[in-house]
Amino acid sequence: MATPLPPLRRGTLLLLLAILVGVLASAARADLVISKAERRVDLTSYIVRVLASLKVENVGPDPVSQVLLAFPNIQAKNLAAIRAFGSEGKLKGQSIVLPIEVVQPSGAPPELTFFSALLPKPLEKGKTLHLDVLTVFTHSLQPFPEEITQAEAQLVVYQDSAHYLSPYPVKTQTLTIRLPGGRVESYTRQNAKLVDSELKYGPFQDLPPFSYSPVIVHFENNNPFAVAKEVVREIEISHWGNVQITEHYNIIHGGARLKGEFSRIDYQSRPYVRGVSSFRHLIARLPPRAHSIYYRDEIGNISTSHLWGDSKKTQLEIEPRFPLFGGWQTTFTIGYGLPLQDFVFTSDGKRFLNITFGSPMEEILIEKLIVKVVLPEGSKDIEASVPFPIKQWQEVIFQDDWSVVQVKYSHLDIVGRPVVVLEKPDVIPEHNLYFQVYYRFSNISLLREPMMLITGFFLLFVACIAYMRTDMSISKNSPSYLAKLQWDEVQATVQKIQGIFEQYLAVHDKLEGSLRDLSRTGDTQTCKAARKAADAQFKELSKELKPLLTSLQSSPQSYQIWPKVEDLIAKEREMQEKLMTRHSTVVDSFEKKLRGQDVENRIGQQQQKIAALRQEVESLLEYISEI
Amino acid sequence: MAEPQSPTAVRGGGLRNTIGGVLCAFALLLIGVLAFSIRLFSVIKYESVIHEFDPYFNYRVTQFLSKNVIYEFWNWFDDRTWYPLGRVIGGTVYPGLPLTAGTIWWFINSLNIPLSVETLCVFTAPIFSTNASWVTYLLTKELKGPGAGLMAATILAMVPSYISRSVAGSYDNEAVAIFALIFTFYLYVKTLNTGSLFYATLNALAYFYMVCSWGGYTFIINVIPMHVLLCIVTGCYSSRLYIAYAPLVVLGTLLAALVPVVGFNAVLTSEHFASFLVFIILHVVALIYYIKGLVTPRLFKVAMTFVITVGLCMLYLPKLRSTFMSRVHIINLHFKVRLMLVLAPAASILSGIALSEAFKFHCVSAAAERYSAPSIVVTSRSHEGFYTFDDFREAYAWLRHNTEVDDKVASWWDYGYQTAAMANRTVIVDNNTWNNTHIATVGIAMSSSEKAAWEIFNSLDVKYVLVVFGGFVGYPIGDDINKFPWMVRIGGGVFPHIKEADYLRDGNYRVDAHGTPTMLKCLMYKLSYYRFVETDGKGFDRVFTTHHWMVRIYKLKPQKNRVRGKLKPKLKSSSKTSSMRKVGGKKNPWQ
Repeated sequence: MATPLPPLRRGTLLLLLAILVGVLASAARADLVISKAERRVDLTSYIVRVLASLKVENVGPDPVSQVLLAFPNIQAKNLAAIRAFGSEGKLKGQSIVLPIEVVQPSGAPPELTFFSALLPKPLEKGKTLHLDVLTVFTHSLQPFPEEITQAEAQLVVYQDSAHYLSPYPVKTQTLTIRLPGGRVESYTRQNAKLVDSELKYGPFQDLPPFSYSPVIVHFENNNPFAVAKEVVREIEISHWGNVQITEHYNIIHGGARLKGEFSRIDYQSRPYVRGVSSFRHLIARLPPRAHSIYYRDEIGNISTSHLWGDSKKTQLEIEPRFPLFGGWQTTFTIGYGLPLQDFVFTSDGKRFLNITFGSPMEEILIEKLIVKVVLPEGSKDIEASVPFPIKQWQEVIFQDDWSVVQVKYSHLDIVGRPVVVLEKPDVIPEHNLYFQVYYRFSNISLLREPMMLITGFFLLFVACIAYMRTDMSISKNSPSYLAKLQWDEVQATVQKIQGIFEQYLAVHDKLEGSLRDLSRTGDTQTCKAARKAADAQFKELSKELKPLLTSLQSSPQSYQIWPKVEDLIAKEREMQEKLMTRHSTVVDSFEKKLRGQDVENRIGQQQQKIAALRQEVESLLEYISEI
Repeated sequence: MAEPQSPTAVRGGGLRNTIGGVLCAFALLLIGVLAFSIRLFSVIKYESVIHEFDPYFNYRVTQFLSKNVIYEFWNWFDDRTWYPLGRVIGGTVYPGLPLTAGTIWWFINSLNIPLSVETLCVFTAPIFSTNASWVTYLLTKELKGPGAGLMAATILAMVPSYISRSVAGSYDNEAVAIFALIFTFYLYVKTLNTGSLFYATLNALAYFYMVCSWGGYTFIINVIPMHVLLCIVTGCYSSRLYIAYAPLVVLGTLLAALVPVVGFNAVLTSEHFASFLVFIILHVVALIYYIKGLVTPRLFKVAMTFVITVGLCMLYLPKLRSTFMSRVHIINLHFKVRLMLVLAPAASILSGIALSEAFKFHCVSAAAERYSAPSIVVTSRSHEGFYTFDDFREAYAWLRHNTEVDDKVASWWDYGYQTAAMANRTVIVDNNTWNNTHIATVGIAMSSSEKAAWEIFNSLDVKYVLVVFGGFVGYPIGDDINKFPWMVRIGGGVFPHIKEADYLRDGNYRVDAHGTPTMLKCLMYKLSYYRFVETDGKGFDRVFTTHHWMVRIYKLKPQKNRVRGKLKPKLKSSSKTSSMRKVGGKKNPWQ
């Protein structure tokens, strides 16, 4: 029944045991005694969580200010998070978070890693302390066998000690291991009791310090072993009102590798039997009011996702392009925008971003998380504060110079946006704590880019105007340049001529008007005066016209226009004559008191001709203006 | 439609012209917006993604350009396609499109505007459609006036045959080539109208851009000579015609020869001969006109007779005759489809009046419904709305992330470009189809029995075989079983031991129980239907099937270790299957 362990692991365990026996000989660290230790190990997911409830008693004479916690190195290297909560007194009261640091007590064996929980006030003689220690381990469930077929369930091995490894004597203790349910292949039977999916070891009484009794559990665990090899989380702040978050995932199924074929027919007909170890979705809990959410990879949008939202959260369920079996991997990107006022605040003239550190994915282990905070261009005095017990972690690069400031160039940037890069290995959901990035940024800088655009366009238009207005030709006496000048001159002259003709037409209108007045008032004298004035005006205008015409005629560029202008002048002359004769006829007949009918008869023909002429003149004018 | 001259314009030329100009510019802007936005249906209905097959290759080339300098591009030998032959990309592509998109990308990025190469490639075609409609305005304005110009621009912006090749995501050569085509014609007409050498030079440059962009440049170099010839015949020769044509031929041909894919073809192939012939004729005519200006009419007649006699003698020299007469250029069948496309702008200019609401509606609906499908995402309309089949990308993503980076993937050539671009894996054949034997080798593998196919694929170092199978969803465009007749024909065309008749039952390819034994034993059939209806695979491990079964990926079983004792019974048991396999097993059918 004994589980066939990988040989290497067994070796290290034996070695460890041997060393521990040696350690036992040495004295306990202090005068503390753990009167009761209850450990609960949760193995339901890929991430192992161990909660140890300890009742610590000070039996020595001196007050004690720290409690040591010991872990074998093979466990300690997988330790992703450790937290301790303590409360003093007989009954469990208000517990407070205790700061934890790595210590290296003198004479301690190098195979053990020690942590020290610092008590807020020293534990007096005879007093009791309730201590809850939560530890989270990654990579502690070893798939065994390492390769399975599609139809097989995934079996994993977990190793621990039935006895609580402590530098203090433990009076009474138990170990409870919660399994995900399903098959239990084997487990260490000594002092063990398996009820449903809970495995209990103990109770053990009065064990000396550093007791160690290895236990191994080999059981079925089909929960998604979603491991992100790397996640790059970019948080870009825009003071126009948006915090844009882009997360690039590289996800692998970290469980037992798929052996042999993947059969879609089996997978589709009985997905929970054939493909039980695979997973097909991941759930991300985004902050409320997340908007513009997208989910894609390098070859385009991935359409298999669902989104729900309420006032507390936004839940995004994403399905990778294909179900992930053991060893399969995929990459994708999700992005979303968040309202600025929910995450960026001000204090003492400084602004700060307050946002969670980890990824919003549920139950995912991130082997390497890179958080980049892109601040607006022109931000100064940047500092970040991250709430992790950083000092204890050698792998964490942000110790003294924990933040690396890069520069990112985005829309129309000139000096670039400062980027704070934070990197942390082995990030688990427990690390989803708020962290802050403080910076100074003046609102004036906001206007820089719009102003730049405005200036750019302004200069463009100014340049256009300048180009249109200036004479850019190199040679001032080349034929084409001269021709252009002449043409401009011709155009100016033509415009003037047009103006004169407009005046002609106005005079014509006035004459017509005087005739209408005549028919209403019968005042022949004013009518005659009008005619005289018109005559004078005609003469004046033709005087004005003459020099223009000569200059137009002399210009070599006017060959196209000249005939039309000539035509126009001839038509105009004719029209003037016709108008005058008609005018005098009407006035005459009025003086002779002829009947209206006769007048009509006399001028009818002229009327028609005038109308025709006027039309011709107007169309000619239009034609000329179009040239 | 907006008239360039506003009816409210007051009399008085200056103001009126200004208002007309502003209105005209405004109308052009709107036409540009129309041309751009009518091509965005594909992005709105589907997504911002590159369509079909060839655009994926162009996208890959553009990506290469965005990462490397231009010289590396000219020298690019692509070893990730046509394995193990490879392909000289730099010398076999029309570089206009990737260079254009690459330059725009570089320019935008130097302004610090973060835009991915893919996004830019998706929107290149709509951007150039806008440019094309503006150039159409210029061309028609040069011919007829601004009113007609605006009308023609509007029509070009929404003519369906152009939309079909330039919707967003259709990142193909035609996207920029139509613009280049119209621009070249515009500059030609402009040169004719002005007689300016400046425009003639620009014209040659525009022609160069056209040559860079598309093989359809031969259309220009044939149509313009035809026009010149027509002008000469109708007696419209002028010095402006000479200025418009002679520099174009000289500069244009020199520039065209600079494009690696054209090279000496610019002077050696028959498509270009018409232009040279007309070039000579034009010079003769120019000489005649020159002499005519110099001498008296009588002397001119004598000189003419002399010149014609000499010319005829020259023409009937046998050597010359043979080169000229044997290379009479006939537009081949393949050219016809492209001709339709290049004629579209001409047709749109001619139909400047034929605009109606029905036409508009037709264009919009055609743009929205017919031409917007990206073809890598297949949708079907059901009573619940659209249902998406994203199987191709599922398979490519799987290949990209779960196979070794140097693995070779065999599939029918249709999927070569997409596999190279989306899955980033080496392919055996692709849509370039430059080597028929290589394609025939894949065809023959697909139509051979499994063991023979394994031998062939193994010799090509193939790790994975990808087949497209529509039997589960009724994939409308056609799966590999549909294309199978071509694999047999192409394969059989090179390797005669594959006979189409072996696969035909009563003249049909049948894949049901009545199929011929050869058909039912061939690899393509097996790979398509393996464990769809129960069959078993020898030599191939199925490793992935997409959600709707549209793409199935198989892995070649690794080569067996040679164990002496075990070799014999293996051979014995395998000899039970068809005789075809024996042939395949013993001697390489592709050698």
